[in-house]
Amino acid sequence: MRLYVLLALLLSSISSISQDCNYTLSGSVKDLHDGSLLAGATLILAGTEQAVLSDLDGNYMFTGLCEGTYAIQVSHPYCLSKGFTIKVNGDTKSNFLLEHHLEELNEVILEGEAYRNQTKTLFESKISNAQLEDFSNGTLGDALNSISGVSSLNTGNTVVKPMINGLHSSRIVIVNNGVRMEDQEWGAEHGPNVDVNSAGSLTLIKGAGALRYGGDAVGGVIVAEAPKVAKKDTLFGKTLWSASSNGRGSSVSSQLTKSYKSGWYGSLQGTIKRYGDFETPDYVLSNTGAFERNASLRFGLNGLEYGIEGYYSLFKNDIGILRASHLGGAQDQVRAISSNRPLIIRDFTYNIGNPRQEVTHHLARLKIFQRIDGLGKLSLQYDFQRNSRQEFDIRRGDDADKASLDLELDTHTLMLDLDGDLFDTGSIKLGAMARYQSNFADPTTGVRRLIPDYDKYDLGVYAIADYRVKEKLVLEAGVRFDYSYMDVFKFYRTSLWEARNYDQLFPEIVVEELGNQILTNPQLDFYNTSATAGATYSFNEQYNLFFNYSLASRPPNPSELFSEGLHHSASRIELGDLRFGSEISNKLALTFQRKNTTFGFSVNPYINTIRDFMVIEPTDVQQTVRGNFQVWEYRQTKAQLLGVDVDASWAFAKNFRFNHQFSMVKGYDRNRNEALINMPPVTTQNGVVYQNKNLRNLKLAIQSEYMFRQNEFPDNNFEVFVPETQTLETVDVSTPPEAYHLLKFSSSIDLYKVDKSKLTIGVTVSNLLDTSYRNYLNRLRYYADDLGRNFLLNLKFNY
Amino acid sequence: MKKMRFLCTLMLAGMVFTACSDDNDAPIAVNEEEVITTLNVTLSPVGGGTNITLQTQDLDGDGPNPPVVTVSGNLMAGAVYNGSLSVLNETVSPAENITEEVEEESNEHQFFYTIGGGLDVTTTYENFDGNGNPLGTEFSLTAGAASSGTVTFTLRHEPKKPNDGTLADAGGETDITATFNIAVE
Repeated sequence: MRLYVLLALLLSSISSISQDCNYTLSGSVKDLHDGSLLAGATLILAGTEQAVLSDLDGNYMFTGLCEGTYAIQVSHPYCLSKGFTIKVNGDTKSNFLLEHHLEELNEVILEGEAYRNQTKTLFESKISNAQLEDFSNGTLGDALNSISGVSSLNTGNTVVKPMINGLHSSRIVIVNNGVRMEDQEWGAEHGPNVDVNSAGSLTLIKGAGALRYGGDAVGGVIVAEAPKVAKKDTLFGKTLWSASSNGRGSSVSSQLTKSYKSGWYGSLQGTIKRYGDFETPDYVLSNTGAFERNASLRFGLNGLEYGIEGYYSLFKNDIGILRASHLGGAQDQVRAISSNRPLIIRDFTYNIGNPRQEVTHHLARLKIFQRIDGLGKLSLQYDFQRNSRQEFDIRRGDDADKASLDLELDTHTLMLDLDGDLFDTGSIKLGAMARYQSNFADPTTGVRRLIPDYDKYDLGVYAIADYRVKEKLVLEAGVRFDYSYMDVFKFYRTSLWEARNYDQLFPEIVVEELGNQILTNPQLDFYNTSATAGATYSFNEQYNLFFNYSLASRPPNPSELFSEGLHHSASRIELGDLRFGSEISNKLALTFQRKNTTFGFSVNPYINTIRDFMVIEPTDVQQTVRGNFQVWEYRQTKAQLLGVDVDASWAFAKNFRFNHQFSMVKGYDRNRNEALINMPPVTTQNGVVYQNKNLRNLKLAIQSEYMFRQNEFPDNNFEVFVPETQTLETVDVSTPPEAYHLLKFSSSIDLYKVDKSKLTIGVTVSNLLDTSYRNYLNRLRYYADDLGRNFLLNLKFNY
Repeated sequence: MKKMRFLCTLMLAGMVFTACSDDNDAPIAVNEEEVITTLNVTLSPVGGGTNITLQTQDLDGDGPNPPVVTVSGNLMAGAVYNGSLSVLNETVSPAENITEEVEEESNEHQFFYTIGGGLDVTTTYENFDGNGNPLGTEFSLTAGAASSGTVTFTLRHEPKKPNDGTLADAGGETDITATFNIAVE
């Protein structure tokens, strides 16, 4: 490249023989990646001795030029200098694009702008790399929980499902490194299969704004992005190690990256976590250990005009499920709920027995992009995912070590996207997606399939445009169409088939009758439209107002359509409904933000009205020889969620900062005029942080979390007959637990720092007062308390 | 640019090879191995007479139909009966006898007999596990004076052993629970 510049410089100095010399050359200097304007760039015009700086808006101008070809060198503090050849013919306009990520290594954080925004008119919450490191030993859900408006639906403490503004599971799209995760998110006891250590940053979009990844994100989108790799010759890495007293376990995560000035890079990352049984203040939570192993590999060429990236990751997790949560029926449930302590408490162990889950997720991705002049960046991506899920139950005899559920879900996706930078005041994004998915349920389990075998085909196209009307106002609009086709083979029990009247409604899908079962072949089509429209108004440097409307439509997932039978880990019979159509959400969100390092805040009220909302709730008690079980049926209703999220941060004295968060969501079933089940209670977090950069970057923080009691809930209690007392007992599965307050202390200090290498040590104590509490959104709250005090020691080594 | 073309070709080739393994075969039916459909209780009067049988049968397992409960007759006042319990999975053919598994894993199982509603009968365990604790697939039942009420048979998996004979003390998980209305005359 340098050679060309020199040549051009030489040539241009020869060719600029004077003719008419009063032309101008003007334009702007922009970041190649996000189009942001670069101020203070130096432009040197070879052969004329002219040098100018770009102004605050990135604009520059040369005057007194002659007609001819000029060589220009453009440089900027955070960019690699670049040479351009420009033909001046009359007053000429030319914009220069620079690679603006050079210094974004390791510790240099370009606040907030290091990663591209996913939407322009929806307020996005980000968790930076540094913040993510605090959750190195936890799960993705734990990290997201630190954002206002995000709670989690837990099964114990190791299965943490993120919940955004009261919505979870299939309503949340998780994008890992540009790939939409397809990992059987439908189950409430299925956590996302993403290693929190493999992400460079997490972005949360509360709403369906990110149409690029799908139009069905009724709840929101979580985008995990890999750390950016700089274009220079370097080798760097980091290792995080942590040990915790609760669970008596440890986690190690390491990452090594090699990059070259030519743009080639490679990165290797791995994590191992091992925990034994966790403990409450009073007892051991038997069989709650976890053993997680992850690895990822990334390589590619990060060119200015074109590039390629390959990525592979493996996520493997063995999770123990609280032994005392496995029940034989409603009478056992009466005993378990009325007991203050779990019915099974054993000595601490690292062994993970049944019930347990074994999950493996492979993800491979290949992406290429080419920048086309006058059109934009065109990228093509293929990804493959294989999710294997095995669930082991307490079983008898020869089946004791056999999985009760054994699913393999394969997904292939091809995506073509165009990021157009056609004009200065806006951009347009277009794309198309094709996906094939197949699910295979192993029949040798000896348990009826919870999710049937199916093939699914999806096609989607989208277009998103944003336009800067004037300096302060940006408008954005997008639309997406999706078509899904499902080809399913499902065995129904004859008794259910007839009880549901399916024999009248769907006689044509019966393939075969086998004893007390019927094999059917449902073929389902879904057409979905989603859209978003919004505006952002900047009053000044500090105050911004975001307004966004989004329409999302989500087809029912296999569990909502086909569940049929006893779900052991939940001790209930779950029934889906073949007749379901898509659920459609209309969400209005407003955010008022003050960006200021001394006192900043954001206030985000929203209203989400969802037609045909699919909800599962208790409807009946069913008798079997094994006892009575509660029946939970999916139904569709009109739901409405209203809420507000507040964040504030105030630097009230030198080195001191006060942080505040408040989240409230109210969910109603508008058809029945009652509260929706499992809505997060009101919560507020308040903390004070002391941080001194001059004192080895010492950081001390104390944080309080107050979870109010959920006072609005539907009454799903039921009665069972207890033979000992000859009475009907009420099983209270509805009443939420009491409010609670938790304190957390954290600290860290840099032990040494030489050049690029740095060692940081930190100590954290969570649940400082060893409070006994239960969380409404923990599915195991009926059986056991939540975690007691935990001392966590962590070491971070950058090199 | 040539490099790009090569990469594109490579990627498309990859798609063709991986994405076309669709076999449209219907899946096979699952043999449900752990379902308990039936509990049979046979009461044989000591010294001869007609057997009394109690049965609860739920052929659709976890399906919507409730179990069908039958009682063949009433107990005779003052009589002593030899009782035996059998547990079956009748969704498979031939029916699977689960009593054998229960007896093999006798240390992890126990039947409990709960008398309710003023029924005047008493029960005694007649078979035991390897540690000499009650198992209860065999028992004896003594009918007292004329009365009526319920008898409930409960099979617990992994109960506390030994226990005081009550369900509350035993804990564990319920594998079977069946209540029969019966009278002594």
